Order: sequence, then C-alpha cells, then structure tokens
Amino acid sequence: MQEIPQSFSLAWSLIASLDATLLSIAALSLRVSGVAVLAATLLALPFAAWLALARFPGRQGVIAILNGMMGLPPVVVGLLVYLLLSRAGPFGAFGILFTPAAMMVAQALLIFPIIAALVRQVVEDAWGEYREQLVSLNASRGQAMQALLWDMRFTLTTAVLAGFGRAIAEVGAVMIVGGNIDGVTRVMTTAIALETSKGDLPLALALGVVLIAMVVAINLAAQMIKTTAMKKHG
Amino acid sequence: MNAAAPTPRILPLAVRDLGFRIGDVTVLNGVSLNVAPGTRNIVMGANGAGKSVLLRLLHGLLTPTVGSVRWSQAGDAAIRRAQAMVFQRPVMLRRSVRENVEFALKLAGAAELRYAAEAALDRVGLLQLADRPARLCSGGEQQRVALARAWALQPEVLFLDEPTASLDPAATRSIEETIAAMHAHGTTIVMTTHDLGQARRLADRVLFLHHGRLVEDAAAATFFQQPASPEATAFMRGELLW
Repeated sequence: MQEIPQSFSLAWSLIASLDATLLSIAALSLRVSGVAVLAATLLALPFAAWLALARFPGRQGVIAILNGMMGLPPVVVGLLVYLLLSRAGPFGAFGILFTPAAMMVAQALLIFPIIAALVRQVVEDAWGEYREQLVSLNASRGQAMQALLWDMRFTLTTAVLAGFGRAIAEVGAVMIVGGNIDGVTRVMTTAIALETSKGDLPLALALGVVLIAMVVAINLAAQMIKTTAMKKHG
Repeated sequence: MNAAAPTPRILPLAVRDLGFRIGDVTVLNGVSLNVAPGTRNIVMGANGAGKSVLLRLLHGLLTPTVGSVRWSQAGDAAIRRAQAMVFQRPVMLRRSVRENVEFALKLAGAAELRYAAEAALDRVGLLQLADRPARLCSGGEQQRVALARAWALQPEVLFLDEPTASLDPAATRSIEETIAAMHAHGTTIVMTTHDLGQARRLADRVLFLHHGRLVEDAAAATFFQQPASPEATAFMRGELLW
C-alpha cells in the first residue's frame, strides 16, 4: 500500500513542476472530451426536447432504448466507430482513425444517450408545469421546446456535466479508435492504462489523481456558476 | 400594440351541450351558454363542480367529449389570438418580469416588444419591477405579471381561473382592480371563483355549476338576490354541497 501516498506525492510534484508531458496529455483529454460534449449536447438538446413533447406510437419504447443506452459499453462504441472509420468502413475515406477526431466521435456517441436521456426527463417534467401556459400563448412546438430548454438551462448543466464526466473518464473507446499514440492520441485514461500495464503503479495512480482533480475542479466551477445564476434569475 | 379597446372579432361565443369525460368520470355534462361582448361572466360552484374544466374547454386547452364551442369567427389562429388566460398558479418563465411579457408579445408576432411590455407593466403597477427575475416576485406580483402578459396581447376575451385563490386581501384587491380596468378597456371577462364577495364585486352575470351541470345562468343582481336553484341557494348560505 506504499503506492497510494507515493502517488499523491508524485501527482503533486507533476502538477507543481508543470510537467510538459502531463500538461500535453491533460490538454488533449480536455480538448477531446470538450469537443465531444459540445457536439453531443448540440445534437442531444433538440432531440431530447422533441422527444419530451412528441406523442407517437412507440414513444415509450424509444425512451426505454435511450435510457438503456446510457449504459453503453465504451469498448463496444469504440469497436463500432473503429469499423465505421477503418479503411474498409463507410467513413474510411475521411482518414481520421487513430486521430483525436476519431476519439471525439467515439466519445460523442457514447455520451449522446446520457445527455439526451437526462435532458428529456428534465424537459418533460417542465412541460407538465408549462404546457397550459405555453399552449395558451399559442407557442408552436418549436417555440415551446426553445422556451423549455432556455428555462431549464441551469438544471441541464447537470446533464452536460454527467456527459463530460463519462467522456473524460472512459478508456475503452478512445483506446480502440485513438490507439494511445504518444504525443498524438494519448489522453489521461489511456496513459493511466499504459502505466498500469508497465507496472508503474505510482505514476498510474498519480495520473488518476490529476484526472480526478481536473474533473472535480470543472464540476465545482460549473456548480458555482449554476448556483450564482439561479440566485440571480430565480 | 396599445391600450385601445379591442375590436370585436370572435364574440359572441355560443356553447351547446358541452360535455367532458375522463375515463368513466363525467366532469361536465350538457352545458349550454352564450358569452356576449363586453360582459363580466363569473363561473361559480364548489370544488370539483367543473369550473376549471369549463374554462379550459372554452379556451381550447381541452377538447370536448361532446358538444360544441362556436366563436363568431372561423379560423383557429384568429380565435386563439383573440383570447388569453390567467391561471390560478401563474407560470413565470425563468427570466425578468419584462421578458416574461415580451415573450408573450413575441409569440403573438408583435413588432415592438419593449415599449408594449413596459406599457402593460405600467398598467398593472409593476413597471418598477421590470428588471427583477419574475420567479423572485411575490405570489401577488407574479399574478399581476400574468395579467400584464395577458393584457399586452389585448385579448378580446380573458379567461381567469381563480386568479386570487391563494392571495392575501391586498393582492386580491390589486388583481380585481386590474381585471376591472381590463374590462373597462373592452375585454370580455370569463372568470371562475368560489369567493362570493369577489363574484358580487366583479360579476355582470353568474354561471353556477354543480356536479358538472350548469344549474343557473343569471344576471348577477338576480342571482345574488334570488337564486333560482336549490344548489345555488345552499351555496349562497354557505352550506356544504355534495
């Protein structure tokens, strides 16, 4: 059990010395997961709002599938994206396999159901409260969706943060489609996996501590912004 | 938009044999009535009599199981634009008081939002709160914002579902003054309440519902002096109605 205190000390020294390799890996992690979250959010918000307000046969089935996909195994998503982006795959011509772009695609696919399912629930609950007023004001379906998303914006940050947490912490998908290439596609989680396989457990754990610190810091900042904004806007 | 009296567009309203069922439960049955322009119609009755359902059917939020709601003008869009509704619990969007009114104006296709919103807020005495987050206002203030939002649309008919049910006397008085002012500007009022005093203060005409049936439709003076139905008589005496 020497590794745990040793890893905290190592994590601190890596951060304090602004280790160039660590900074580059951490920056890539943030860039890949940040873009994935942005893309997944832009797609999930309108889809989730539509699903919250729409009524059609089989809707409950769609919701059940969406909720179920929150638990998508990252390796399966990674394998699927690998097949789609490989030379023989339908999107092979883009030539993005083993690049950060492929990792962004994989992570976006992985977290889209998480963000969409959580947003759908929030918007549907709000629709129960707002429906009569919005219908009374003659809001179209699209206008109602926009109004609900905007009004629920503070609550929706939790859904986006859940997606971000899942994206930045996953290793299976980015390992398969990124290949863990040093200086190109190596992110925090794949670096941790590599150091663990090499037997350098203190370094692996230190990287884990840095990763957790990053995620906590981002969530803390988002929470503070959300709380301040809610106090201001009611 | 300005505060001028709205030109009659969709009134009079003719309701015939209106009924509404939820599963096996009959909420409203065989209701027929007319609403003339410029009148103040107060729908009264005990809890569960069907008052709120009647208002929602007239406003188009619910579809009747049987019967008809006929406005004098055809065209769903025109009919919808000529009405507004204020609910018992006002739904305030998570934005400023002014933006809540502007939102309604924007949906109605108004070109000038800020001036019209501020004019409506001024009429209900809330201009000084225009920049305050609407959800941080008191219950009475929120209901006045809801009235301003409705007034800004210059509806020909305003439906109000127990707008003062959870308000204190001062807030109630302010709401009643606003309703009276809207009526003075030409808006026809259709409002539910089980507050007898409020009905006396506001009504030209009383529609009394009991167990989903319209048991009395009378001029306010007649209703309060000499109610014709035993149910209304009992209600006026403050007796419990089943």
